Amino acid sequence: MSHYIAITEAERAEMLQSIGISDVAELFAGVPESLRFPHVELPAPLSEIELRRILTALSNKNANASTHSIFLGAGAYNHFVPSAVDQILRRSEFYTAYTPYQPEISQGTLQAIFEYQSLICRLTGMEVANASHYDGGTALAEAALMAVASSRNRRKVVVAPSVGPQYRAVLRTYTQGSDLQIVGDERPDATLDDVLALVDNTTAALVVQNPDFFGTLHDLKPLAERVHAAGALLVAHVDPIALGLFQTPGEADVDIATAEGQPLGVGLSFGGPYLGIFTCKSKYVRKMPGRLAGATLDIDGKIGYVLTLQAREQHIRREQATSNICTNQGLMALAAAVYLSLMGRQGLRKVAELCYHRSHYAAQEIAKVPGYSLIDQGAFFREFVVRTPRPVAEINAALRDRGIIGGYDLSNDYPHLGNAMLLCVTEMNSKAEIDDLVQALAQI
Amino acid sequence: MSNIPADLQYTGSHEWIRIEGEQATVGITDFAQAQLGDVVYVELPEVGASFDSGANFGVIESVKAASDLYLPVAGEIIEVNSNLDQNPDLVNSDPYGDGWLVKIRVAQGIGALMSAEAYSKLIAESDH
Repeated sequence: MSHYIAITEAERAEMLQSIGISDVAELFAGVPESLRFPHVELPAPLSEIELRRILTALSNKNANASTHSIFLGAGAYNHFVPSAVDQILRRSEFYTAYTPYQPEISQGTLQAIFEYQSLICRLTGMEVANASHYDGGTALAEAALMAVASSRNRRKVVVAPSVGPQYRAVLRTYTQGSDLQIVGDERPDATLDDVLALVDNTTAALVVQNPDFFGTLHDLKPLAERVHAAGALLVAHVDPIALGLFQTPGEADVDIATAEGQPLGVGLSFGGPYLGIFTCKSKYVRKMPGRLAGATLDIDGKIGYVLTLQAREQHIRREQATSNICTNQGLMALAAAVYLSLMGRQGLRKVAELCYHRSHYAAQEIAKVPGYSLIDQGAFFREFVVRTPRPVAEINAALRDRGIIGGYDLSNDYPHLGNAMLLCVTEMNSKAEIDDLVQALAQI
Repeated sequence: MSNIPADLQYTGSHEWIRIEGEQATVGITDFAQAQLGDVVYVELPEVGASFDSGANFGVIESVKAASDLYLPVAGEIIEVNSNLDQNPDLVNSDPYGDGWLVKIRVAQGIGALMSAEAYSKLIAESDH
């Protein structure tokens, strides 16, 4: 018997006896003989000490945020995760809780979701937030589908090329096989004005990102006006940290706003789990996908929390539901709620200010290094584009040798920029780290 | 016992229709509202929209279900019951009166409609 499996031989024998068989092998009688118990080459079992040694060695092959300076963003950001987040997440009541189908026994989970939704509404200035999606990309794809469902049979979605390439790919994954047209990003160098010109009375939505993939900040208000004039909806993918300082989608009259919530106390975690933030105007709430926690009163007049407006969802509406999502990213939503509660409005603003100022300092210093130049991108937040003298892959390899993880190589997705890197600076990058980066670039 | 006014006509999908010349009023039956439970929302079409006989013209939502609404005859929507926005419960309390859903201009002829008697038989069979 393995010491990892908590059952004794005696217990096993007892269980077998109570169901009337003598050997576990008899349970597989329904599997064709030739397929039973195939020979599998597995190494011998390891003790916990040996196991730990091997896994630690594997893990040490990774370069990570605690061993390297990170200047890579492009959708996943190295922001600070306060210890309190983990302390609360690891409470087994939250860690092991399942979807709250029965409100009577899920008040803790439901209240946590409700608080998360409320905080997200405050952060984005939007009227309604749902219980979350898997990540920013799927949230954005669902937003586009919701805009189509809310339109009167409009089948075109216009998307700006400055929306992240991975997000646009996810959008196309979601719409493949349908008759929806996704247009606007055929030319990677198209501007927002070029893309706006495609919005007409067959357009369900214009999809933009703010700050965009390059870190550039945009005023979404005039965009919203022009999109609404064509009878279409404005879908904006925003950044939660930037919202500590800059224009919220609510202020800009955006119809559906999504975001990647990873910067809010979730950490990098090698790509996931992340957090899909989803909000909209209340007039569209009945077409909104996902779970929705609501507050109500029980028969004694006490506050209780429930999943509400369930008639939108697939288990009731079936093929006419806007979406087939029937879950949320509960634990990560809790992390975001804890983070936002800890930081508060002032704290979040401080984080945003640090990101803003440090990224501008870095940009200014890098521009002084021969061979490196900035593009004319206007106001930016946390990320910016740098033209490099040699291919980004070479530069990043050299930086890795110096314990620095460099920026995102833009040459594949945006070839018109030539050799160019998307550099990210957060509150986790000290001035000393930035100076080291600049020095390294000068030396390479 | 379900209320089934004799002066109305009915569909197999539990809508009623009151035809007055070229116009008609449409709603759902007492049986339907009882089956649905408390109505929380009614999604109604825009005035001016046209539908074929039997076409889906809206959705009625209760706490536990969302049911499609089918137009008993072909027609053009000339009025929708905007009171249902604030008071969807009118469908439950007065399905044949204040709980009406839409008024239409009837397009052509009369579709396959049931009399009160035929409808009464239908729901008796399904009511086990």
